Amino acid sequence: MSAAPDGSVSAGVMPAPEPSLASAERRESWRHFLALLPALLLLAALFVYPLLGIVNRSVYKAGYTLESYRQIFRVPVYLHVLGGTFKISALVTLVCLALGYPLAYVLATCRPRTARLLMIIVVLPFFTSIIVRTYAWMVLLGRNGIVNQYLTALGLTDKPLGLLYNQGGVLIGMAYVLLPYMVLTIYSVMLGIDPSLIRAAHSLGASRLQAFRRVFLPLSLPGIAGGTLLVFILSLGFFMGGPGDMMIAMLIEREVEITLNWSFASALAVVLLALTLVGFLGYNRIVRLERIFEGRA
Amino acid sequence: MALAGAVLLFLIAPVVIIIIVSFSGADYLKFPPPFLSLRWYERFFGVPSWRQSIIVSTQVAGLTMVLATVLGLLASLALVRGRFRGKGAIYAFLLSPMIVPTIITAIGLYFFFVRLKATGSIVAMALGHTVLALPVVVIIMAATLQGFDIRFEQAALSLGASRFTALRRITLPLIFPGLLSAALFAFLTSFDELLIPLFLSGVEVQTLTVRVWNSLVLEVDPTIAAVSSFLIGVTTAVLGVSALLRGRREAARA
Repeated sequence: MSAAPDGSVSAGVMPAPEPSLASAERRESWRHFLALLPALLLLAALFVYPLLGIVNRSVYKAGYTLESYRQIFRVPVYLHVLGGTFKISALVTLVCLALGYPLAYVLATCRPRTARLLMIIVVLPFFTSIIVRTYAWMVLLGRNGIVNQYLTALGLTDKPLGLLYNQGGVLIGMAYVLLPYMVLTIYSVMLGIDPSLIRAAHSLGASRLQAFRRVFLPLSLPGIAGGTLLVFILSLGFFMGGPGDMMIAMLIEREVEITLNWSFASALAVVLLALTLVGFLGYNRIVRLERIFEGRA
Repeated sequence: MALAGAVLLFLIAPVVIIIIVSFSGADYLKFPPPFLSLRWYERFFGVPSWRQSIIVSTQVAGLTMVLATVLGLLASLALVRGRFRGKGAIYAFLLSPMIVPTIITAIGLYFFFVRLKATGSIVAMALGHTVLALPVVVIIMAATLQGFDIRFEQAALSLGASRFTALRRITLPLIFPGLLSAALFAFLTSFDELLIPLFLSGVEVQTLTVRVWNSLVLEVDPTIAAVSSFLIGVTTAVLGVSALLRGRREAARA
């Protein structure tokens, strides 16, 4: 197989001429098709087919019916979960934007060497398992957690505070996981802003604040829009939440594993999927998803 | 500036604190630990059921890595080099598992494998994770291949090498750093993922993440701090090696 070219084939001698250019091109595209096939087959069998299965299950329950969808939008408990998920997602997105924009700004404007170092701090949690990050916050905020230990030791409280299983705890945990997405999206847009535009603003007499507000901020708007949309979509599908603030993803898991109501779980999944896809179509018009990964891998 | 510093602290503090308390000698998680010990690591590596889940996670992630890297490499070669219609659509399709919430992919696979009576198998979990890891490999390999000068391969072909020889002797060695880092990220994607094994694992075959999840519901067991630090260590190793590889790639290009 690995016959190396020996002396009899001198450099510059082309392999046997192809019968015709058209057939060579056909063979080339045939090869590319074969190379794509395994990946496409895998996704068709283990991604598209199961998703279609969910859609089917959501409308089929001993005959086709929209009963499950009606249930989602009629039963107050489920509407509450849906509304709660939206509310939490909006809050998380705001927190991430407020924390993420200043950090992205510092990363984009400091020296490249420093930026690379600080980037490690953003990327390490980004690639750490979500379960580890969740556990870390349980250790910090739990009833006997570290924060409560300090509060009690300082005499600020007599009995441990319930910091974890409430909206505040869920908010912190989610913002922690999703913040890197916001930072990386805004940062990738900020890197594309030409610094000479800011210098031009300064030379025309703009103050630092003015140059930021009138030039830099408007140019970074696509990053804000993209990051906001991305974090919001990811929040909607986020697998977390306390007993009081159940999120859609948690409810789906419970319906599958505990209640065993698969057609209702499927209907919920379809609703979540539809919301997510609409959001991503918007995101993709602003920032390309793979930009977050590129340069960091 | 100060706000950015505070945000960085917010990002890194939980990770650092978990690593520190995992070396605590106390019975419960106290920070700073009153004295240091390796007792939670001894429990983690000593108890057979924990050891078993390290093995399961490694098997699932290893199989995922091989499948996703091979399929992703082939697909990226076609996408970067081919000239055919619908290329953008195929690329978007290959990345789509990143977009769909994992809970949905997970229950889809659960319904699918339940019907085949194949839940609780390493292969089923690895196949599910390959779906998630494929986009990661495709993104990294597409970027790598775009930076690869195809004339090297053409030169080999014109000197009489077969396609396979040219790929094996010329292209693969040159793109190896990118390929290795794609493989490592595929491994990590699987090793860290909770939801697919949560649905697909059985009572006996559990990945590390599922075991952590199950013990979180009960209590905050300090052993989990050791497990978490181990997972953070794996992530750090993958990021470190891929940063080294990137440095080498950039040095080679300059």
